[in-house]
Amino acid sequence: MARLSDTAPVHGGPDEPLLRVESLTVSTQDRPLVSDFNLTMSRGERIGLIGESGSGKSMTTTALMGLLPEGVTATGSIKLAGHDLDLVGAPDQQLRRIRGNDMTMVFQEPLTALNPLMKVGPQVAEIMLKHRTASSRAAASAKAVELLAGVKLPDPAEAAKAYPHQLSGGQRQRVMLAMALANDPALLLCDEPTTALDVTVQRQVLDLILESVQQRGTGLLFITHDLSVVANICDRVLVMNNGQVVEEGTTVDVFSRPQHPYTRGLLAASDLDATDADGRLFTVASAGGYTPPAPDHLVDEVPAAAVHTPGTGAKTTETEAPAPTTPATGPAEPAGAVVVGPETTAPATTTLDAGAPVISVKDLVRTYQRQRTSLFGKRTEVPALRGISFDVAAGQRFGVVGESGSGKSTLLRILAGLDQPTSGSVRVAGNEVAGAKEHELAELRRQLQIVFQDPMGSLNPRMRVQDIIAEPLLAPGQKVDSARQRKLVAEMLAAVGLPADSADRFPHQFSGGQRQRISIARALICQPRVLVADEPVSALDVSVRAQVLNLLSDLVDEYQLTLVFVSHDLGVVRYICDNVVVMNRGQIVESGSTEQIYEAPRHDYTRTLVNSSMSLRAELAAREAALSG
Amino acid sequence: MAIRLLVNLARFAVTYVAATVLVFLFMRAIPGDPAQIALGVNATPELLAQTRAEFGTDRPLIVQYFDWALGLPMGDFGTSYVTRQDISPLVLDRVQVSLILVVLAMIVALLIAVPFGTLAAVKHRSPGGILVSGASQLGVAVPNFLAGILLVVVFAVGLGWFPANGWTAPAEDFGDFLSRVALPVLALASVQGAILTRYVRSAVMEVMSEDYLRTARAKGLGKMEALLKHGLRNASIPVLTVTSVQLAALIIGAVVIERVFVIPGLGSMLLDAVGNRDLLTVQSVVMVLVAITLIINLVVDVLYTVLDPRIRKAS
Repeated sequence: MARLSDTAPVHGGPDEPLLRVESLTVSTQDRPLVSDFNLTMSRGERIGLIGESGSGKSMTTTALMGLLPEGVTATGSIKLAGHDLDLVGAPDQQLRRIRGNDMTMVFQEPLTALNPLMKVGPQVAEIMLKHRTASSRAAASAKAVELLAGVKLPDPAEAAKAYPHQLSGGQRQRVMLAMALANDPALLLCDEPTTALDVTVQRQVLDLILESVQQRGTGLLFITHDLSVVANICDRVLVMNNGQVVEEGTTVDVFSRPQHPYTRGLLAASDLDATDADGRLFTVASAGGYTPPAPDHLVDEVPAAAVHTPGTGAKTTETEAPAPTTPATGPAEPAGAVVVGPETTAPATTTLDAGAPVISVKDLVRTYQRQRTSLFGKRTEVPALRGISFDVAAGQRFGVVGESGSGKSTLLRILAGLDQPTSGSVRVAGNEVAGAKEHELAELRRQLQIVFQDPMGSLNPRMRVQDIIAEPLLAPGQKVDSARQRKLVAEMLAAVGLPADSADRFPHQFSGGQRQRISIARALICQPRVLVADEPVSALDVSVRAQVLNLLSDLVDEYQLTLVFVSHDLGVVRYICDNVVVMNRGQIVESGSTEQIYEAPRHDYTRTLVNSSMSLRAELAAREAALSG
Repeated sequence: MAIRLLVNLARFAVTYVAATVLVFLFMRAIPGDPAQIALGVNATPELLAQTRAEFGTDRPLIVQYFDWALGLPMGDFGTSYVTRQDISPLVLDRVQVSLILVVLAMIVALLIAVPFGTLAAVKHRSPGGILVSGASQLGVAVPNFLAGILLVVVFAVGLGWFPANGWTAPAEDFGDFLSRVALPVLALASVQGAILTRYVRSAVMEVMSEDYLRTARAKGLGKMEALLKHGLRNASIPVLTVTSVQLAALIIGAVVIERVFVIPGLGSMLLDAVGNRDLLTVQSVVMVLVAITLIINLVVDVLYTVLDPRIRKAS
């Protein structure tokens, strides 16, 4: 890395780098968290810092801000243009003048990053008053409204008077950005700023960040685990693993000609458009056979992906659909027609599978009642599901896509018999959920099992893995002696690829991906016909995600399962599912085969969703196209 | 917000009425005829009947209930069966004394707890913070009557700085009032302060790990500045909850302290009345205690809405 001479003037010209970090090492008393981190950033440059959880990327940025937690220390040197001071080891009093003024930060979790008891306007104004960049309280308030308008909040004057809980996640992140930009900092640090947001909102916020830093010539250090986001926004990337930068270079170079095996593995695992010879996703282990998206290919690929040929989508997928695993049993059963939502305007979707529907949902309505806001007024009703209908044939891989508030979680709860519909009917493997009493649902519970989103929260920390996995066998009506339980658990552990001695350990001794394997083992031990997966990989690191998806896919085939896969991530659903319903505000806006929905979305909402979701290849192609003119 | 207040008032009214019914029924369930108690075992049936008529205990229960319950809000608690005196002026006198004691004790407790609890949280790794935590642990373990006796031994008997007991109304002689109220207030406040210190500490510790405090630091605020501007109000919400519960407990806890310091408060009145089997007085004092507790809850609920915008309904 080229190092500038140390005699560079403090208030140097445009050649002086904005930020120069040299051999930054962050460590606790016992071990280093970040070792020998070096970075030189020019003014207005946008650099991505990529890494998985535990890679040290967040520690690096916290060290830059001088906000390391107690017991964590930094050595090395951090220099910011315009300041003579080495930020490492500088007294807090001096750092305070830089934080919020020359260097600001947007954090990951917009829901908790703002003070819940303070109106949004004053929170934005505070940063200007603190650094005396506004002459008076009134001037700061006026500027705050201006800034809120700058981040495209509708009705900024009203927004300034709102409390954080009155704004949506995306809006709160805009407020954070307004705050961070208030003093026109030279450097903006963003730590996973869009990870917690919905797909469509993520796109908008990213565009806003990009636009804002470009306009002001602000340097951007963007921390994320999401490679497609980096490809979208950054010129240069650093890849971190285990506290060390393993590779750096321009975005196009690193992503199309990765040098380090880790980078290659990460790329392979996050590229959901690429599969190996067996049609499986690449993992870090199998990355050897992976061909990164080469720049020349990209340009060719774009039109092919963007141009859709209406009408052909459904037909082509017919041949791609897997053979029915369970033949129709009774002649009286109608052919398992897929998904005809009441509002689907499209011609009846093609029959994909001859199997009888395992899940049949008719006119499903679920309305929640909000607490009454006046003594005599009526309770407000909040419709979560507004009458949806679909069938899922046996052996199908059925995707449910939607953003937060779409009703997909409510749907899932009802399918699993954890909630009751307000009206309509839900039959799962011959069991009617609507109106069923708890004891009548035992059979349903045996036929349908769930893998939940959060591998940390969904396993009881006080139970051994053996007992966790065997628990579904304890349900009433099943008599499995303990020797057989142990044998079944051992089989399941082998099936999900965990060592046999895992049975005697506790959940906290496993990583997120391993815990999700435990969840899958627990779900499958009673041999259900239907497996419902609720965002099973969205809490996992990219490199683990591919492994778990491959595993799920294998097991669905092996155990002849019907899979209902709920996700906000279109890329993941596209890989794993044959059929998809798109939900928005409690309704199915579109349904059909996966390819048809992705290649030729008919509904406006689906189109927005598809356009907003990012794939590494598309983002990289866009970057290439922009670079070449 | 107005709706919330209305709902709270309605809840207050319902609870209050239910409490009057319960208290009334419990008192009647206690065996023994007040007239018999007042006259002794040798009373003639005629005298008994006359006394019952005088007390009104010969009337049906429902009539007796309404007679008593409807008088309460007007401040008419009836006439004692034992002393044959009007209960109301006595109770109102005693309430003042008890409330002064309890409110002062709570203020002093908060004055101890908020700074020390915050300190213990901010410096939870340094000797000072550990010392505060340890001291508060000790304070929680000491019953307040013991604290009272210790205070008397040291400051009244040993040093002679304060009188050991007695009461002077503040309007009478404010200086004397202060010197007499100091030790009982300190006895109540030291234990309360220790309990609240622990709650303040954990509330502040929790707030310190919140993301918005990190945001405040990233804006350029210093650690203490961020805590004071963004943290304390957030931390005050759980502390308020505990304070309201403790305040109600303190009113009852003051009973013992009033005994130790010979203070003519509600507590000593209640104990005397129980000892004398003065049912109507017990009934009335208990009702006053219930009403005070309900009012505290009502006020705290209103304070929540003032403190926390998330509770206010968007209207």
